[in-house]
Amino acid sequence: MSMTTVGLAHYLVVSVVLLCLGLYCVLTRRNAIGVLMGIELILNSAGINFVAVSRYGSAGFDGQVFAVFIIMLAAAESAIGLAVVLGIYRRMRAIDTSRLTTLQG
Amino acid sequence: MEYLLTSMTFLPLLGALVVLALPRDNATLVRWTSLVATVPSLLLGLWLFENFDRSVGTMQFVERYSWIPAFNVQYIMGVDGLSVSMLLLTVLLSPLCVLASFGIEKGVKGYFALFLLLETGMLGVFAALDFFLFFIFWELMLLPMYFLIGIWGGPRREYAAIKFFLYTLIGSVLMLVAMLALYFANTPHTFDMLVLMERAPTYARGFQAWAWIALFIGFAIKIPAFPFHTWLPDAHVEAPTAISVILAGVLLKMGTYGILRVCYPIFPLATQQYAFWALAALGCWNIVYGALCAMAQKDMKSLVAYSSISHMGYVMLGMATLTPQGMNGAVLQMFNHGTVTAMLFLLVGVIYDRAHHRNIDGFGGLASVMPVYTGFVTIAFFAALGLPGLSAFISEVLVLLGTWQYSQPLAITAASAVVLTAGYMLWMLQRVWLGPVNEKYVALPDLSWREIVTLAPLAVIVIVLGVYPHAVLDLFGPTLVALGDTVSSAAPVVAQAALR
Amino acid sequence: MQAIRWIVLLPLIGAAINLTLGSRIQRSAGRAAVAVFGSGMALASFAIAVTGFMRLRTLEPESRLLVDTVLPWLHVGTLDISIAFQLDPLSAVMALVVSGVGSLIHIYSYGYMDEDPALWRFFGLLNLFLFAMLTLVLGDNILVMFVGWEGVGLCSWALIGFWYKDHANTAAANKAFLFNRIGDFAFLCGMMLLFWTLSGLGHATLVFRELGAVAPLLEGQLLWGVPVVTLVTLALFIGATGKSAQIPLYVWLPDAMAGPTPVSALIHAATMVTAGVYMVSRLHCLFSMAPVTLDVIAVTGAATALMAATIALTQNDIKKVLAYSTVSQLGYMFVALGCGAYAAGVFHLVTHAFFKACLFLGAGSVIHACHHEQDMRRMGGLRTKMPLTFWTFLISTMAIAGLPPLAGFFSKDEILWKAFQREPLLWGVGLVTAGLTAFYMFRQVFLVFFGESRAGASVEAHADHSAAGAHDDHHGHHAHEVHESAAAITLPLVLLAIGALTAGWLGIPSALGGSNLFTEWLAPVFAAGGEHHAEAHEGLELEYALMAVSVLVALGGITLAYLVYLRKSLSADTFSRIARGVPYRLSFNKYYVDEIYYGTVLAGTLALSRALGWFDKVVIDGVVNGAAASVRAVAFLGGGIDKFVVDGLVNFTAHVFDSAGGALRLVQTGNINAYVYVLLIGVTAVLMAGAW
Repeated sequence: MSMTTVGLAHYLVVSVVLLCLGLYCVLTRRNAIGVLMGIELILNSAGINFVAVSRYGSAGFDGQVFAVFIIMLAAAESAIGLAVVLGIYRRMRAIDTSRLTTLQG
Repeated sequence: MEYLLTSMTFLPLLGALVVLALPRDNATLVRWTSLVATVPSLLLGLWLFENFDRSVGTMQFVERYSWIPAFNVQYIMGVDGLSVSMLLLTVLLSPLCVLASFGIEKGVKGYFALFLLLETGMLGVFAALDFFLFFIFWELMLLPMYFLIGIWGGPRREYAAIKFFLYTLIGSVLMLVAMLALYFANTPHTFDMLVLMERAPTYARGFQAWAWIALFIGFAIKIPAFPFHTWLPDAHVEAPTAISVILAGVLLKMGTYGILRVCYPIFPLATQQYAFWALAALGCWNIVYGALCAMAQKDMKSLVAYSSISHMGYVMLGMATLTPQGMNGAVLQMFNHGTVTAMLFLLVGVIYDRAHHRNIDGFGGLASVMPVYTGFVTIAFFAALGLPGLSAFISEVLVLLGTWQYSQPLAITAASAVVLTAGYMLWMLQRVWLGPVNEKYVALPDLSWREIVTLAPLAVIVIVLGVYPHAVLDLFGPTLVALGDTVSSAAPVVAQAALR
Repeated sequence: MQAIRWIVLLPLIGAAINLTLGSRIQRSAGRAAVAVFGSGMALASFAIAVTGFMRLRTLEPESRLLVDTVLPWLHVGTLDISIAFQLDPLSAVMALVVSGVGSLIHIYSYGYMDEDPALWRFFGLLNLFLFAMLTLVLGDNILVMFVGWEGVGLCSWALIGFWYKDHANTAAANKAFLFNRIGDFAFLCGMMLLFWTLSGLGHATLVFRELGAVAPLLEGQLLWGVPVVTLVTLALFIGATGKSAQIPLYVWLPDAMAGPTPVSALIHAATMVTAGVYMVSRLHCLFSMAPVTLDVIAVTGAATALMAATIALTQNDIKKVLAYSTVSQLGYMFVALGCGAYAAGVFHLVTHAFFKACLFLGAGSVIHACHHEQDMRRMGGLRTKMPLTFWTFLISTMAIAGLPPLAGFFSKDEILWKAFQREPLLWGVGLVTAGLTAFYMFRQVFLVFFGESRAGASVEAHADHSAAGAHDDHHGHHAHEVHESAAAITLPLVLLAIGALTAGWLGIPSALGGSNLFTEWLAPVFAAGGEHHAEAHEGLELEYALMAVSVLVALGGITLAYLVYLRKSLSADTFSRIARGVPYRLSFNKYYVDEIYYGTVLAGTLALSRALGWFDKVVIDGVVNGAAASVRAVAFLGGGIDKFVVDGLVNFTAHVFDSAGGALRLVQTGNINAYVYVLLIGVTAVLMAGAW
C-alpha cells in the first residue's frame, strides 16, 4: 500500500475518526442540539463506510444506494429530532439533557 | 353500467368520508353534503328501476370478483326483482331521512357519517349474492344503528340500543352458524348463494331443518316476529325520527328479504315443512296481536311500532302461502309498508320536534292549528288502515286473497284485523288531531317547507301505487314465480302448496 | 265509451283541487268561487250521466251496456282486474240519482254553510264523496266497487266529523267508520270466497257482466258443508247491513246526524246508505241462487223497518226522527230484495232519495233558520214563517207516508204487494211500519210547523236524555226573527219536492193502468237473474184491496198524529204510560242497543287490547329482560370468582414483577447521556465477545 494512492484503509480511518468524534459529542454534550449533531456525524461515518466498501469491494452500487438512503434518513431524523427538541423546549423551557430526567424510574 | 351496484352501494360510504373531512363547526355544510351524498345512489336506483329487465326472474347486473381466494370468498353483487324493489326503497328513503335529520344539533358530523355508512350497509345487504359478503354488510349496518340510537336517542337510549344490538347479534350468531355449516356442507366449499341454491336438492333433510330454523330465528328477530319483537317498540321510542324511519322502513324488511333470499331457495324442503307454522300462523298472530297491542299504547311512536309488527305479519303470511297473489302481495307489502310507515314516523317526528313529547292523550285539536300537517296525517293514516285507492290496500288484499286459497281460517282471522287497524288508527287520529284545541299548543307552527319536501314524495308514491301498483309489482312478478316454483316443486309437495 | 270515466273523474278533480288549493282560492277569490267550482263539477258529472243515459236509450234493451276501461289495475296469477266503469240501466239510474241529488245538495250547501270558514274543505269532501259513490255505482267489477264502497266510508267519516272540534262529532264519525268496516270485512271475505270458487272452476272473474254467465256454475259447490253461494251472499249481505244500516250494524246511522245537515241528506239518506241495496241488486244473479240468504234479507229488512219505526216514534231531535225513518225505509228496500223484487227495491231507493233528501234539507232549512236548534219541542208555528220549506216538507212527508199519488205510494205499495205474494207476515210487518211511519212523520210536521212557537221553551230534561246525543252549542239564540231561507236553500227543496211528487209516476203499476216504465227499464238487467215477472193478473182485486188497506192505515196514522199533536184531544202521555212506560222507555232509549254494544264488543276489545299490551310489556318483555338479568347475574358470579381467585393469581404474579421492577428502576436515571454510555458499553461488550 503506497502512500501516494488513497486506498480503502484511508476511508475507513476517516470513518472511524468521524465515528469517535460523533460518539464523543453525543456522550459529552449536554445541549440536545449538540447531541443531534453528534448523531449526524455517526450517520455520516457509516455512509462513508458504505461507499468506500462498495467502491473497493464487490461490484455494484449497493453501497451508494445505502448512502443515499442514509442521507435521506439523516435528514428526516434531524427534522423529527429538531421538532422533538423544540417541543421539549416549549414544554420544559430547557434543552439541557441533564435536566430532562422526567423518565427517571 | 358495469359497476352499477358497487357504485350504488359504496357512493354513500364515499360521502361519509367526505363528511368526516369537513370542518366540524360548519353544520350546514355537513348537512347539505350528506344530502348530496345520497343523491347519486338515488339516481342510480332510478336508472336501475328504468333499465331492469322485468320479463325475467334471474339475476341481473351481476358483478363477480374473487375476494379472499384462500377461503373461496367472492365479491358477488347482483339483483333480481326482489332486491331491486328493496334497493329502490332504500335509496328513496335515505335522502328523505337525511332531510328529516337537518334538525339534529348534537355531533352533526358523526351522525351523518354514520348514517351514510348505514346506507351503504343496507344497500349492500340487498345487493350481495355471496353469503359471506351478505353477512359482512348485515353486521356493517348493525354498528352505525347501535350508535345512532345510543348517542342521538331519547332518555332510555342506551337500554334500547343495547337491547337492539344484543337481539340482532343473537340473530347474527345463528345466521353465522348456519352460514358456516352451509359452507362446509358443500365441496368445494363456497359462499356463493347462486351455487348454494343450485345444490339445494343435495342437502339432507335434517340439515335443512335445523339450518332453516337457525336462519329463520335470525331473520325473525329482524322482522320482528312474535315473540322476538320487544326490541322494536323500545328502539323506535328512543331512536331519533330519521332512524325510526330507516328502522321501520328498511331494516325490518331485511328479515323477510333474508327469508325469501336465503331460506326459500336454499332450503325449499324445510320451507315447505315449516312455512305453515313459522310463517303463516305466526304471521297471522303477528297481525292480530300487533293490532291489539297497538290499541293499548299511550306513546305515538310505540303505537306506530306495534302497527309495524302487525303489518309485517301480512308479509310473513303472504309469503308462506306460495301463491302468486300471496307472494306478490307480501313483497309489495314490504315496499308499501316501507313508505307508509316512513310517513307515519316522519309525521310523529314533526309533532315531537314541536311539543317534545309523544303522549297520545297530551294533545287534541291539532287539525285546527296545523291544517297542512293534518292533511298528510290523514293520507298516511288511511293508507295504513288499508283504504282502497291507496297503496297498502293492494298489498293487503293480495295477501288476503293468496291466504284464502291457502287456508280460509287464517284469511278470515287476518282480514278481521282491518277492523282493529281502523280502530286504533282512527282513535289516535281523534285523540291527537281532532276535538277541541289543547290550549298549550295553539301556537304550533304548521309544516315547514323542508318537512313538506320530506313528506310529499311519500304521499305521492302512496297514492300512485294505489292506482297503478304494477309500477312496482312488475319488478318482482317473474322473480317470485320462479321462487315459488323452486319451493313448491322441491321433492315431496305439501298438500297446500299443490293448490297453486 | 270514454265519457263514462268523466262522470267519476270530474268530481275527483274537483275534490283534489278544492282540498289542496281550496283554502287559497277561498281567500283570494271568495267563498262563491269554491262553491261554484265544486257544484260545477257535480253538475258537469250529472250532465255527462244524462248523456250516457240518453245514449243507452237509443240502444236495444238487451244491448244497453257501455263499458269504459281506464287502466289495467291488478293482474297477479288468475286475478285480473281493470279499473273500468260500466253504464247499464241499473247503474245509469243510480248515477243519475247520485249526481243529480248530489248536485242539488251542493247548491244547497252553499246556502247552508254560509258561516263556515272551511267551505273549501266541505265542497272538496262533497266532491270526493260523489267520486267515491259514483265509483261504487259505475264500477264494472267487485273490487272497483269495493274502492267506492270504502271510499264513501272515508267521506262519510270526514263529513260526519266535519266540525271536528266537538268531541261528539268525531266519536260519531269513528263509530260510523268502524261499523262500516265490520261490514267491509265480511264483504271482503265474501269476495275472496267468490273469487276462489270461480277460479277453481276455471272462470276467475269479478266482473259483473261476466258473473251472470258463470254464476250457475256455483250450483252444488260446497264449503264447510254449506253451499258456497249462500256463504258468499250472506257475507256480502253483512257488508250491506253495515253500509245500509240494517240490524245488527245500523247503530252508526242515527249518530251520523252529528254531521252538517246537507251531509245527512246526501250521504245518510239519499245515496251512500243505499249502496247495500244497489250491491244486492247488482249481484242479484248470486242472491237469486241463495234462497236462504234471501229469507235472511227479507226478515232482517222487516225487523229493521219495524224496530227503527218504533224508535222514531219517541225521538225529539228533528234529525234523529229522520235518521230512524231512513233506517226503516232501507228496511223496506231490503224486504223487496229479499222477496226477489229487485226492481221494486231500486224503485223505492229512487223515490226515497227524492223525498228523504227533501225532508232532510227541509229539516236543515228549519235548523238553519232556528239557529241550530234541533229539538222539535222548541219549534212550532213555522208554517207561516217559512212557507216554502213547509210546503216542500209536507209534500215529502205525504210521499213517505204513502199517500197517493205521491212517489212513496207507488214504490211502497209495490214492495208490500211483492211481500204479500211471498209471505203475508212480511206484508203485515210492512203495513204496521207504514202506519207508524205516517204517525211519526206527521207528528214531526205538526210539532215543527203547526201550533204556537215554542222557541226558547225550557224542555224538562229527561233523566236519560243524555243518550239522545247530538247536543248543540247554539242554544238560546232565539231572539232573532225566524224567516224563510235563501234561494240556494229553497231551490233544491222545490226541485226535490217536485221529484217527490212525480218520481212515482215512473212506476205506476199496470194494475192502476200504468205501464211501469221503471221496472221495464231495469228489466234487461234483472232478466238474467230470473226475477219473477209473472204479473198475477187474476189477483187484481187483491192488489186493489191491499192498496186500499195501506192507504187507510197511513191515514189512520195521520189522524192519530193529528189528534195527539194538533187537536190535543189525546194526550201523548196516555201512550207513554202503557205497560208502566216500559215500551216508551225502550223506544226512547233505542232499545239500549248502543249500551249493549259498548258494554260487550267495544269494552271486550279494549279489555283484550289492554290485557295483551300488559302481557307484551310485562311477560314477553319481562322474559327478555329476565334473560338479560340472569345473564348479568351469572356474569356477576363469574366476576366474583374472577376477581378473587383468577385475578388474585394474576395480581400475585404482577406483584412479583412489581417488586423486581422497584429494584431495577434505580438504573433508569432519565439522563440521555447516561443511556448512551450504557449503549456504548453494551455494543463494545458484544463486539468484544464476538471477537473473542
